[in-house]
Amino acid sequence: MSEFPTRAKCVVIGAGIVGNCLVGHLSKLGWTDMVLIDKGPLPNPGGSTGHASNFIFPTDHNKEMALLTLASQQQYVEHGMNNTCGGIEVARTPERLEEFNRRMTSAKSWGIDARLLTPAQVKELVPFINEKIVLGGFYTPSVSVVDSLQTGTLMRESAVKAGHLKVFANTEVTGMEVENGTIKAVTTTKGRIEAEYVVIACGVWSPRIAEMAGATIPLTPAVHQMADVGPIDILQKSNAEVAYPIIRDMDTFCYERQTAGSMEVGSYAHRAIFMHPDDIPSNEESALSPTELPLTQDDFDPQMEQAIELMEMLGDAEIKYAINGLLSLTPDAMPVLGETVEVRNLWSAAAVWIKEGPGIAQLVAEWMTHGYPHLCDPHSSDISRFYAHERTEHHIYARCDEHFNKTYGIVHPREQWASQRDMRRSPFWPREKELGATFFDARGWERPQWFASNEHLTKKFPEACAPREHEWDARWWSPITNAEHLQMRESVGMVDLTAFNEFDFTGPGAMAFLQYVCVNNVDVPVGRSVYTPLLTPGGGFRGDLTIMRLAADHFRVITGAFDGGRDKYWFTRHMPTDGSVTFTDMSSSLCTIGVWGPNAEKTMAKAVRNLDAEKRLVPTDVSQAAFPYGSVREVLIDGVPCWMFRISYVGENGWEVYTKMEHGLRLWDSIAEAGREFGIIPVGMGVYAVTGRIEKGYRLMGAELESEYTPVEAGLARPKVKSADFIGKAAYLKARDEKPVTTMCTLEILDHRNAKGMKRFPTGGNEPILTKDGQRIVDAKGRVSRVTTAGAAPSLGTYLLMAYLPPEHAVEGNELRVMYMNELFPVRVARVGSTPLFDPTDARMKS
Amino acid sequence: MRILVCVKRVPAPGARINITADGQAVDTAFLGFTVSPHEECAVEAAVQLVEQHGGEVTVLTLGPAEAEEQLRTAVSVGAAKAVLVPIDASDWDPQRTARAIATVVGAIEAQDGAFDLVLFGNESADSCGYQVGIRAALSLGRPMVNGAKGLEIEDGHAVVKREADAGIERYRLPMPAAVGVKEGINLPRYPTMKGRLASKKAEVVRTEAQAGEGGLRMVQLQRPPERVSNVQIIGTGPEAAPAVVDLLVELGVMS
Repeated sequence: MSEFPTRAKCVVIGAGIVGNCLVGHLSKLGWTDMVLIDKGPLPNPGGSTGHASNFIFPTDHNKEMALLTLASQQQYVEHGMNNTCGGIEVARTPERLEEFNRRMTSAKSWGIDARLLTPAQVKELVPFINEKIVLGGFYTPSVSVVDSLQTGTLMRESAVKAGHLKVFANTEVTGMEVENGTIKAVTTTKGRIEAEYVVIACGVWSPRIAEMAGATIPLTPAVHQMADVGPIDILQKSNAEVAYPIIRDMDTFCYERQTAGSMEVGSYAHRAIFMHPDDIPSNEESALSPTELPLTQDDFDPQMEQAIELMEMLGDAEIKYAINGLLSLTPDAMPVLGETVEVRNLWSAAAVWIKEGPGIAQLVAEWMTHGYPHLCDPHSSDISRFYAHERTEHHIYARCDEHFNKTYGIVHPREQWASQRDMRRSPFWPREKELGATFFDARGWERPQWFASNEHLTKKFPEACAPREHEWDARWWSPITNAEHLQMRESVGMVDLTAFNEFDFTGPGAMAFLQYVCVNNVDVPVGRSVYTPLLTPGGGFRGDLTIMRLAADHFRVITGAFDGGRDKYWFTRHMPTDGSVTFTDMSSSLCTIGVWGPNAEKTMAKAVRNLDAEKRLVPTDVSQAAFPYGSVREVLIDGVPCWMFRISYVGENGWEVYTKMEHGLRLWDSIAEAGREFGIIPVGMGVYAVTGRIEKGYRLMGAELESEYTPVEAGLARPKVKSADFIGKAAYLKARDEKPVTTMCTLEILDHRNAKGMKRFPTGGNEPILTKDGQRIVDAKGRVSRVTTAGAAPSLGTYLLMAYLPPEHAVEGNELRVMYMNELFPVRVARVGSTPLFDPTDARMKS
Repeated sequence: MRILVCVKRVPAPGARINITADGQAVDTAFLGFTVSPHEECAVEAAVQLVEQHGGEVTVLTLGPAEAEEQLRTAVSVGAAKAVLVPIDASDWDPQRTARAIATVVGAIEAQDGAFDLVLFGNESADSCGYQVGIRAALSLGRPMVNGAKGLEIEDGHAVVKREADAGIERYRLPMPAAVGVKEGINLPRYPTMKGRLASKKAEVVRTEAQAGEGGLRMVQLQRPPERVSNVQIIGTGPEAAPAVVDLLVELGVMS
């Protein structure tokens, strides 16, 4: 065996499915000096990979997860380690049957062959099932069982064979050395190794290893119970590893998967059982393996009863093996990938399941190599998404406890968390509470979605505020939003935008730095602003935000609650280290109110009283002429120092008004008082984030804007490109020279009625846009056309969808179909590109 | 037939057993629990005899409240009744344990009639005293054979086989009798799902036993030194061939 090296370009810790596949992919991408270590023996070091049930159900409502799973399955196929057996999700409740329609829709989006089965058809495929308690099935023929240990071994060995990798098993990490915020070395039981890059791919142990470097990987080891029962005659007679489709008993949160002559029963139905990484036994201390802990039988008993109910033969089968298996859970049930925010060049590839392992390994390898992944946008897996409170064990346990039993749950796209609420309140919260706000969670912020105080307005606009007929479409939604929308467009509304993140960059190097990170020219006059995308090196969207220039060397970045963490990481990661730029996160110092509508100017003219030369409080000219669109001014409102920024995301004249947190309540009351005579109302995020936005065709990061798409495709490329260099410039220039193969479009639904005559309203969860004969639409780069945002357009009297369409379909007036809940609805392309459908010339905002 | 099987809750084997810092107990943080392997076989033997000859199996343990889990496991594979003789957390020595078991068995028999067979494991998997069975049998005044690798009923007698250096010893015991069963006598069945669910509903009778102090006192637990592996990997795959040849030459097998 070779000597333990003292240096390597990259050290990967963990030889499970992720670490193994990662070194394989890095090797293919040209990494030639790597070391892989694991504290356990090979090929099964004792992590979750060793006991995983190893099956893949490819359909997922989440695009990122669906693409990663499909890519993984493809890699298992390429290694000859994918055993296709089919899989059936069975329903015991009508709600689940309805969910299957949604799953059929998602399967269509990702091009997965799937069909609905009657109980008799389920029985035909799985003769030992009790079809009497089954209402129907969702069948996916491509469901497979994979060999994750062998696939990992092949990937690892390919890197070894190429001469790019040395592997050390039975080598435990004892410490991490960090110098100037950058990883320097890993100390192990075999010795110390310096490395430029270190990747933590340690599954359930990842937080413990990260902590050694002062970094956080927010996940918790959690129990998933499984038992192997057998032998069972019919399975033995099949004489195959897996002859029958895998059954997911969705309403009991259990699965039954054949393993040769016996059946593995797994459960996500028991209470959430967590374990601290430090409390996991060592290999020596484990009877089976560190992640195969003794079964806590009482937790499993109810699932056995349900399993027997579904397959009677299981009752007489012997329980040969039963464990509390450990797997990783994160606060939002997505993986934790990317460079840690605390330590440079220390990467996380954690909270990954077998079904997405090889794909994620590819994604992380691309990320490390190219500066951003190519496979898909890791938007919801990005480790930098977490805010400080989301990295705590308190938050991790609370959220994982809430979502564990939703592993097989029916989760609405707008569903709100019940736990960890009231983490962050804006200063306006007491007023909002009095006004009957329904609060939605925005990364800890409580944001009013709509106000009960506006309910009377639904009678004023009865047509737009008709209740939705289907409970699913009406869930987490209120017709009050449409009323608030129309009233705002008639008079004026005030919107709590405190969840915004504000980042200040100051110093002599601030402008040059921001020029390098941003696409558009930030060298605007003081008091002006610029909207700009941030690009990946590959020219896709990495961010989308607005920057105000408050002084020659003082810029303020404004970005949304859902991207604040990611944007903060991106900026600070690229910031010069020579002290020429100072970064200050102002997000917890500032609160914001949006004031918009035809009466916004009158309201603010009344509210703003600045000091004149003689120190007298006098009215201030807030007309478009004196205070043009896109400009920012310091003002006094009722004596409170504020910044007023003339801008709009809802298509109305008005401002975002910023002040210090402690002045917030006074500012709210002052604006409410000033606007009273002009009919001011509080307006919720239902308008700001959906109806107001979609009427204007405004794109949202994480929905329309992803790293897979360019500003040209999104319709956000400016006529000119600045001379200064910036991240992604070469790719951006290239994209501008090419004819786009897809373009962001806005579509309207022509008829909402389904086959039963009931009006349906797509929620905007990746529903596929199809040709009139129901065919998927895929662009020349393989990207599928799907709904990125859906919402009512009350001022246009219609319902809009946003979607990318290839040129042959991106023709205004062109009729297509959208699939929703497994039914097709006619839609028409209403707009190609970014010109708004509502007020196309922006006259309301700018004049 | 009425058969009683005495079992003991012990840490599940397979893992390194850690000892608490004060050396007074096994650190059970990572351990699962089971019954001693010999006793698993005793339960299986009892269940098989009842399957052949009719009757019922009672399972008894002297242990902490958690030992109910082991009683229910025995019920899940065919025992009909379960008796827990509760003790505080510390282990009782063999003398005291045997005395307590004899007392409880006496009490049960006074009420329900004698057990035809009282089965023990050959020795417990944790303390390995080899004493409880023989002491209890003596107290109960029953003949006993230890190390049983075969157990059958013939003409109202228990026929026991055990392995000896010279061959197989065969004993014929008048019943009531006691037998110490050894692993290998059978292949114990696993609980079925139905058995497990049924066992949850079984009643566990608690019977206190006063048994005085025993004569044995545990001073301290020590872990034996870890065995160091002498295995040396000289290579893998075809690259290992020269090293194998060198070694064979060195050993004088090749020249």
